[in-house]
Formats: sequence, C-alpha cells, structure tokens
Amino acid sequence: MIQAFAFYLFATMLIASAVLVISARNPVHSVLWLILGFFNAAGLMLLLGAEFIAMLLVIVYVGAVAVLFLFVVMMLDIDFAELRAGFVRYLPFGLLLAMVLAVEMIFAVGAWKAGSLEMAQRLVPIPSDVPNIEAIGDLLYTRYLYVFEGAGLVLLVALIGAIVLTHRARGGIRPQNISEQVKRRPQDATRNIDQPVGQGVEL
Amino acid sequence: MIGLMHYLVVGAILFVLGVLGIFLNRKNVIIILMSVELILLAVNINLVAFSVYLGDLVGQIFAMFVLTVAAGEAAIGLAILVIYFRGRGTIAVDDINRMKG
Repeated sequence: MIQAFAFYLFATMLIASAVLVISARNPVHSVLWLILGFFNAAGLMLLLGAEFIAMLLVIVYVGAVAVLFLFVVMMLDIDFAELRAGFVRYLPFGLLLAMVLAVEMIFAVGAWKAGSLEMAQRLVPIPSDVPNIEAIGDLLYTRYLYVFEGAGLVLLVALIGAIVLTHRARGGIRPQNISEQVKRRPQDATRNIDQPVGQGVEL
Repeated sequence: MIGLMHYLVVGAILFVLGVLGIFLNRKNVIIILMSVELILLAVNINLVAFSVYLGDLVGQIFAMFVLTVAAGEAAIGLAILVIYFRGRGTIAVDDINRMKG
C-alpha cells in the first residue's frame, strides 16, 4: 500500500517536473525542476531496490550535472525571451509527434510478452544475501573491470576536452614566470658599491 | 510490488517528454541538453526496472555506464556552448551555419 503510494507520488512528481523542465520560461527554473526530477527518479530507483543507482543519480546528476547546468545558465548573459520565439509555432507539431510516439510506446509495452524466459541463463542473478552495492562492486571490479576502466577513460577525455575547449590564452597579463624566478641568483640581484662620502648615489 | 509495466510507462512518458522538449525549444541549446538528460534518465529507468524484474544485475551495471556517458556528454556540450556564446554572443542554435557544411 505504502509502496504503491510512494510509486505514484514519485512518478507523478517526476513527470510533472519533466513537463516543467521543457516548458519553464526561465532556464534557471528549468534546471531547478530538473534537480527535483532527478531526486524523484532516485526515489523510483530506491523503490526498485537499486540503491546504488539511486545514490549515483543523486551524486552524479544532482551534484555534478545539474550544478554544471546552473553555472552555465547563470554565467552566460542570454536573452531568453528571444530564444523562446518558436515555442508556440512548434507546439502543435511537437505535441502531435509526442502523442504518436507515446501511444506507440505504450502500445508496445502493453503488447510485450516476455515469452518463455530462461531464468537459469541469467548472466548475473541478483544475490539475495548481499546488499545491492556490494553485489555491484563485486561485479564491477571483476567481470566488468575493463569496461569500468573504459568508463573512467571516457570521463577523463570529457574532462580534458572541456578544459581544452574552453581554455583561452589571454594577452596583456603578466603571469608568474617560474623558470625566471628559479634562475635568479643573489649576485645578480644585489651589488656592493663602495660609496664615497659626499657624493650622490648613481645606480 | 509495483508491476514492471508501471515503470515502463513512466520511462516511456519521460522519453517522449524529452523528445518534445527538443522540438519545442529548438533555439535554446541549454534546454535541448536538459532534454537529452531526461531521455537518458528514461533509458536508465527502463534498464533498472528490467534488471530488477528479471533478477539480473547486469542492467544496473549498464545503467551506471549510461550515467557516465551522460555526465561526459553534458560537460562537453556545455563547454561547446560556452565557446559558441563567446564567439557569437548568443546561443540560438537553430541557424548554425558557420562551417557551411
């Protein structure tokens, strides 16, 4: 009972926030609705019993991706009213296409029959005696180790790519020149002079 | 326990909303990127739901990789957006024709 209530709550909130993400007037509000949607999706995952994916959604999506969106939206000075110009014009066609797609997908889900599943041939049956996170870790560091490393490589490439794309060499600034500083010697920096009395100093 | 169908329908609706978002906000690339995130979230919900109902853990592993790619895609997409804005002063992407391809 409480499970069904939680499911409908999370699902309704998720879909409502998705609608508001695509229709909000202000992109900052869009990002905030996106965060709410991710939290509700995490709730759905928790209901399913996939705790690791739920926490990953909160950490990666809310903690990193949504905040990145928020940074970019607030950093760029954009005239958002102008960008919304085509919204009403595309609305009928977009709604028609979306309806067709939704009806098709729900039909497909309704018509889908699993047939005779060979449950014995599952690759990795979910163990009932270990927690979800432990089971996933066990699998990730053994059978899927190379794929896991590949995922890390994807993130590394994304990291370097983002830096390379947005980095620019700025002119007109005087940055620290470390090799110049290291090469500096005391005898070049100071000089002993034998100053006669009564004359001005000439440097 | 909630049926598998319920989750699949939620995933399908979320996917369609993502596609609709791309259609409606054709100029605003930030919303387009967010719609892509919604689509990937729908895919993840489907993967995890099937994983749990078939009792196979591999779906959850795969959902994690989808999440990784989504994070990388968002980072690169926003970086491209920033340099595009720097060059043009706007992010209206419905008429990108700088490369004249």
